[in-house]
Amino acid sequence: MDKGLELHDVVISKGGAPLLAISKSVASGEVLTVMGPSGVGKSTLLAYITGTLAPDFEAAGRIVLDGHDITDAPPHARRVGILFQDDLLFPHLSVGANLAFGLRVGGTKFERQQKIAKALDEVGLSGFADRDPATLSGGQKARVALMRMLLSEPCALLLDEPFSRLDAALRAQVRELVFARAKARALPVILVTHDAEDAAAAGGEIVTLVPI
Amino acid sequence: MKTRRFLPLLPMITLLAMIGPVLAGLYGAVLPAFGHLPAAGLFGPSLAPFEALFAWQGLPRAMFLSVWIGLASTTISLLIVALIMAGWSGTRSFTVLERMLSPLLSVPHAAAAFGFAFLISPSGWISRALSPSVTGWDRPPDLLIVQDPWGLSMIAGLVIKEVPFLMLIALAAIGQVDTKRSAMIVQALGYRRLTGWLKTVFPLVYAQIKLPIYVVLVYAMSVVDVAVILGPNTPSTLSVQIVKLMSDPDLGMRLQAAAGALVQLFLVIGALGFWLIMERVVRRFGLAWIGTGQRGKYDTITRQIGLVLALFCAFSVSFGIASLAIWSFAGYWGFPDFLPDQFILKNWMRHSDGTLEALGETVLIGSVATLTALALTIGCLEAEYRYKLRVTSRGMLLLYLPLLVPQTAFLPGLQTLMLNVGLDVGRGPVIFAHLVFVLPYVFLSLADPFRAWDARMGTIAAALRASPDRVLWSVRLPMLLRPILTAAAVGLAVSVGQYLPTLLIGGGRIETLTTEAVALASGGDRRAIGVYGLMQTAAALVPFSLALLIPAIVWRNRRGLRHG
Repeated sequence: MDKGLELHDVVISKGGAPLLAISKSVASGEVLTVMGPSGVGKSTLLAYITGTLAPDFEAAGRIVLDGHDITDAPPHARRVGILFQDDLLFPHLSVGANLAFGLRVGGTKFERQQKIAKALDEVGLSGFADRDPATLSGGQKARVALMRMLLSEPCALLLDEPFSRLDAALRAQVRELVFARAKARALPVILVTHDAEDAAAAGGEIVTLVPI
Repeated sequence: MKTRRFLPLLPMITLLAMIGPVLAGLYGAVLPAFGHLPAAGLFGPSLAPFEALFAWQGLPRAMFLSVWIGLASTTISLLIVALIMAGWSGTRSFTVLERMLSPLLSVPHAAAAFGFAFLISPSGWISRALSPSVTGWDRPPDLLIVQDPWGLSMIAGLVIKEVPFLMLIALAAIGQVDTKRSAMIVQALGYRRLTGWLKTVFPLVYAQIKLPIYVVLVYAMSVVDVAVILGPNTPSTLSVQIVKLMSDPDLGMRLQAAAGALVQLFLVIGALGFWLIMERVVRRFGLAWIGTGQRGKYDTITRQIGLVLALFCAFSVSFGIASLAIWSFAGYWGFPDFLPDQFILKNWMRHSDGTLEALGETVLIGSVATLTALALTIGCLEAEYRYKLRVTSRGMLLLYLPLLVPQTAFLPGLQTLMLNVGLDVGRGPVIFAHLVFVLPYVFLSLADPFRAWDARMGTIAAALRASPDRVLWSVRLPMLLRPILTAAAVGLAVSVGQYLPTLLIGGGRIETLTTEAVALASGGDRRAIGVYGLMQTAAALVPFSLALLIPAIVWRNRRGLRHG
């Protein structure tokens, strides 16, 4: 069984006109950076991988994750994690409850609380479990969003310009954290960005999508 | 997996719950209108019911009143809303006015009509305030103000309630139109505020609020409770006559009522057709006016008139409710006195059994109808989201259909049909009948916030391995708590205000606050009317306060949801 995320001859079209074509595989712990001008369909590609493609697109090609073909699986069964440029923390839940939402089912209440506390420690947010996410700074929110996603134990991580809302200093810091955590868990990562610095920091292969 | 099979069916079930009774009712009116009523031993077809109806001398006048009151009240309401929005939107006065008008939206029509009658009648508050100092009256003058033969007080009573409704609809519509920038551009072109708005923004807004305007027109033409309270009675409007025929113990009179229901339907269709033609005429004149390039010579005075009229609406409803309150606590209250001699609790105690029973019935019917409507609405919207369905404009029209068919056209037929197939009238059918009117309003109120929810939240939750059901229950619905409670409050207010469905489908045996209050209209016991009218208003207003209060308490520690 091959570990990693493979895109086999993926072609996405809109109204019969092809929009993008890509055929790549990303090994565990590696980052594939997808660049290209806005409107070329970078986010559409990620929506295809998460299983949330809008109905006005048609797509062909297979998505294989750790040897399983997940092309037709429902979004919640794919084990594909994603981070957007907005943190999208659930505003009605506390920071801890947001993490608990992500944490896999199982374990006693105490064990779960321990895991959440540990996750917060890992990103320097000890004691934040009871906070209202709306009261956090941008960098803190980004870190909670990352840990929430990792606690769900995904087998791959997609990044949809996740650093573009952060200011320059914070940006490098959060970027480093995300890549380090993903590498530590040996996740295949696809990063969508239009920022050359992000691409350079990712350190992996770079593909540039061009309008077809 | 069970939901998967059930959920896709919900839009069809919802449609059936809304349209089914309307179509059944129209069908149920056609047969008896042509003399076919097996339950009464009558078999058609014959034209006798129409002949009997046309033989009634009051018919031409009753038909005229329906059309006149409908067109006049709708036109005046629309004019006031257009003037106030054109002249004042974006100003501080406008914000104040909006805050004054929006709670009035939920005041039931009957309560507003009673309150208005208490203001303008010869012995009403206005006359008391001016007597004897200005008028010189020391006894109430012998004037026919309320229930005047031309229906002017009824038109005014409808206008004060429709202005808040249309204004809120227009405010919602204006969010979809880029008004700020176009206002800047037309003012840079030298147009005054009001003229510029009428020439640029109004056409766009009108296109968005067309259907609600038609609803107002149909409602005003066929309303019964307001007509009983404020409308003329020599003769009354056609709708009131239909209800009188329906409540006649002689079953044969239902044939005439059914014929009247069909006449009412054609009147409404005719009036809607006339309105559509007038839209074109106004459009042509409007284009010519735009072509002249006039910048607005009379803007200042027109703006003032608009403000005065809108304030008149706001004050009429609120002072009307205040006068209901005062009458409900009034001891002896001689004529020119502005306030009663003493305030007493006796009126409330005398009616406590009756009001509490009616309140219980009102709350029971309203809650069941509203909860059903909420479940169906959320199910439809969730099905639309999960199966990525698209709602067409034709689908929207279906949503408005129950509001565009006059109640007096299909409810009598529905009752007769139930009689024919041996279904008993009573509470269950009344709840279903309320659902027909509650559903569209709940749907219209919840659809926009539900669809505006950031779908990336759903993507994230699914990426966190939450099933679609878990996303709905643990993320989407909690985040939408405020709009869901608002929709519930709207549904309850609609149900509380229903008069005709309760009366006809309940067979006169289901007594809600509204039927009890309207039944008091002919008696003239102002203290009793005050008690019931105030209870009716409270039953509609309290849910709205709760819809504001509950999210504020539940989400007190969640800043991200405070202004949602």
